Amino acid sequence: MHEFSIALSIIDIVDQYAEKAGASVVNEIEIEVGELSGVVLDAMEFAMESAIKGTIADKAVIVLHFLQGRGQCLDCKMEFDLQNLFDPCPFCGSFNPEVKQGKELRVKAINVD
Amino acid sequence: MCGTCGCGQNDQPIRILKPGEEEHPHSYIHAHEHSHGNELHVHSHDHEYAHSHDFEDAHHDHEHLHEHKHGEGQHDHVHNHDHPHSHSRQIVIEEDALHRNDLIAARNRGYFDAKKLFVVNLVSSPGSGKTSLLEKTIAALKGKAEIYVIEGDQQTMNDANRIKAAGAPVVQINTGNGCHLDADMVHKATKKLEMNENGILVIENVGNLVCPSLFDLGESKRVVVISVTEGDDKPLKYPTMFQTSDICIINKTDLLPYVDFDVAKAREYALRINPKLKFFELSVKTGEGMEPWIDWVLEEVKGLS
Repeated sequence: MHEFSIALSIIDIVDQYAEKAGASVVNEIEIEVGELSGVVLDAMEFAMESAIKGTIADKAVIVLHFLQGRGQCLDCKMEFDLQNLFDPCPFCGSFNPEVKQGKELRVKAINVD
Repeated sequence: MCGTCGCGQNDQPIRILKPGEEEHPHSYIHAHEHSHGNELHVHSHDHEYAHSHDFEDAHHDHEHLHEHKHGEGQHDHVHNHDHPHSHSRQIVIEEDALHRNDLIAARNRGYFDAKKLFVVNLVSSPGSGKTSLLEKTIAALKGKAEIYVIEGDQQTMNDANRIKAAGAPVVQINTGNGCHLDADMVHKATKKLEMNENGILVIENVGNLVCPSLFDLGESKRVVVISVTEGDDKPLKYPTMFQTSDICIINKTDLLPYVDFDVAKAREYALRINPKLKFFELSVKTGEGMEPWIDWVLEEVKGLS
């Protein structure tokens, strides 16, 4: 359950930005979770629901943006959807993709009062 | 908030100790009380392990809206709690969720660089032979390089005691229920180790091929160990760990005649995920294949000075 420690790091980040902005309440937390980030979306959702309790974001809406994996083959330079780090390039068959999208695990924005 | 079980208490169940420093090795008690609304639930861990979760979370009525926009490669999960918005402001953050860990890891790395320490983050599933590999490595490096060890386990000083007996200074981190080491734990443990320059620090992570892969500790190299008693498709099952590692050790090769593990297949799978991965095939038990590994470690240390 590394999702929980990640959720706590997210709350730290949210706390810091909310305090800097002089906010009293956090209404919404937007998080980007990439398909190849090593985090399970449902577990992340569950962890966030627990982690916000008793914090400035107690009642916040958690918005998780799922980002599909995209890779570019370093051999033939074609871009393609990458569901797994071990997927072959559908164009040339080689296993040498550079991940273009999907490694994200990022606090995107918060909405505060 | 407790970072291990997520309860609302600041209690820190993580313990960082040298062998001999443990106060109550057989009656470790860690109790958390925390409330959800008007309900109270208590976690306590000791030998009469009592654990009760009796909360009925009535104030958390919410609907789940799942929007799926497949063509755009994106789908959003929205949890809608009912609350009024007034004078609300949007603050753009765009910060990596693991940014704090990465910052501390960068600090660790700076310290290690300045001290000319070669630092290995040793990861694997439980039972693949990390501690035995370390014991043999310590013995083989005697007189050639100084080696220090940080041991990560959920509980017990067992591994630290083994490493101490093998002759290396060691600090044990007990993560409680935590499934991985993070950069801050390593930072604190490093302070206790008081290392000399030009040495080797091996951080033996908690046995787990999933969670430790996301946490940079400030290491020079990440070394993943698999043993031939596991499946040869392990790299495909736990791709993130193999993608983030620099070295893959295939251990227990003395057992190859008795198991179905296909070394060539395991290497091929691992290389699909990480074409830069280097391999060492060895048997900690018989010592076969240990030499190239030891030579590699010594080369890396030399490269730092």
